[in-house]
Amino acid sequence: MGMTMTQKILAAHAGLDSVVAGQLIEAQLDLCLGNDITAPVAINEFERAGATSVFDRTRIALVMDHFTPNKDIKAAQQVKRTREFAGKYDIVNFFDVGRMGIEHALLPEQGLVGPGDCIIGADSHTCTYGALGAFSTGVGSTDLAAGIATGKTWFKVPSAIKVELKGALKPFVSGKDVILHLIGRIGVDGALYRSLEFVGEGVKALSMDDRLCIANMAIEAGAKNGIFPVDEVTLAYCKDRFLREIRVFEADEDAVYDETVVIDLDTLRPTIAFPHLPENTKTIDECAGAVQIHQVVIGSCTNGRIEDMRAAAEVLKGKKVADGVRCIIIPATQEIWKQSMHEGLFDIFIDAGAVVSTPTCGPCLGGHMGILAEGERAVSTTNRNFVGRMGHVDSEIYLASPYVAAACAVTGTLTDPATL
Amino acid sequence: MIAHGFVHKYGDNVDTDVIIPARYLNTSKHEELAAHCMEDIDKEFVNKVKSGDIMVAGKNFGCGSSREHAPIAIKASGISCVIASTFARIFYRNAINIGLAILECDEAAQAIENGHEVSVDFDTGVITDITTGATYQAQPFPPFIQNIIEKGGLLASISERL
Repeated sequence: MGMTMTQKILAAHAGLDSVVAGQLIEAQLDLCLGNDITAPVAINEFERAGATSVFDRTRIALVMDHFTPNKDIKAAQQVKRTREFAGKYDIVNFFDVGRMGIEHALLPEQGLVGPGDCIIGADSHTCTYGALGAFSTGVGSTDLAAGIATGKTWFKVPSAIKVELKGALKPFVSGKDVILHLIGRIGVDGALYRSLEFVGEGVKALSMDDRLCIANMAIEAGAKNGIFPVDEVTLAYCKDRFLREIRVFEADEDAVYDETVVIDLDTLRPTIAFPHLPENTKTIDECAGAVQIHQVVIGSCTNGRIEDMRAAAEVLKGKKVADGVRCIIIPATQEIWKQSMHEGLFDIFIDAGAVVSTPTCGPCLGGHMGILAEGERAVSTTNRNFVGRMGHVDSEIYLASPYVAAACAVTGTLTDPATL
Repeated sequence: MIAHGFVHKYGDNVDTDVIIPARYLNTSKHEELAAHCMEDIDKEFVNKVKSGDIMVAGKNFGCGSSREHAPIAIKASGISCVIASTFARIFYRNAINIGLAILECDEAAQAIENGHEVSVDFDTGVITDITTGATYQAQPFPPFIQNIIEKGGLLASISERL
């Protein structure tokens, strides 16, 4: 029986010729990731188990991004604990303030993840690296601890939904709209335990930043992973960046999928997810002007990359953020920050009345750098709009692309960027 | 292994942000996490919950963030078992890894009501609603999973092998 792309990667990492959905396997890991929230819990477990060595000090990434620069004493203690662990075991890829960026923007950029890899990360958005043709999935801290100690973990081989992309995106429509549209169609548990495999001629026209955004939010449909085929765009992105061997896996022609979802990119419209689930989607045509907003956040592991910064700047150029709206822009890594600065994007942002923050996950999870008060509403390019996610339990989050979020900042309400 | 207690019932898509809001993730201390468990959807939970109580919910329980702090907070609050129609996959793995008993049983999850007295037999997978007398059959844990839960988590159960 034919295998999906995900199944082929898992089989190769388990040393098997083939696997089938539902099979339990033990797989070799190419990289294990933790952050300042999940690593301390993993370190507790690692030590509690009596482990005294790590499987490979070059294959572990510890990124201090969630509550950093440290927002309070407890956060500082957690980073200190992780820093000391990284020092003790001589972990090569320990990213502290000054080197760090938001983990899922940083790891692809630094060439630490690439095609054919098998990766776990103690962060649910670890599925991002599927954009590069890797199998990559989020786990908890205990699984991370076991991974760091042994370089292996067990998986139940997932079945898959095939997502066939046709056509090409229109102006002001981006990868974010593709994934919000998909989640709106299949629901927040529509891909539970399964892979989302993106295929079709529409893939070719998607930039790597769009693919990273789409794979990033696979978890918001409950998926174990989201994955894209390896093509010229992937290889161009990996060139001079990903220095390990590139392993290209392709789904078999007779691969079995649970179902197929077809998305016509040509007709896709800017899409917004209303509170309090990412599946509560509306196109901008259905909701323009519907609510007044108080804050806009443009950044995160979903939409803090250079194309996102350029999209925001394209909309904000020569315009002003509306009275009563705070617009917070967060380039996801130091490299993206520098690039944005060199391209003059910061002049556009600051002239418009937005602020630019150092890289941090901060407001996305209600950590710091933009917490909402009671009754406040935000349009955000982040990935979750759960109750209380960005602050007060009675605040609201509307998820959107950088184009849409920037347009909303200008008008103070839900706005089609093409109408500005 | 038997769990026995009173039910705290919730709906579909209970996410890890409401189980333990991120503003409390600047600690990994179990008792501090437990003090804020379910705070954003049920402020009274931490005052009502008694050791041994059982949580019952709808589909996709534990969706969202991979934070292991979520099952830790539930377990440390005194909950002995979570029964749901379905679980989000990272939460499912995390719960077993930290030794929190969880059972998928749609029928029980729909029928059992808030405040009911319930017992769960992990050897047989039988869930009994003592208040109504109804019983439900869930898939029992295989012995190796029971062993993880009895030892208090994955690493505690394998530490002798490391």
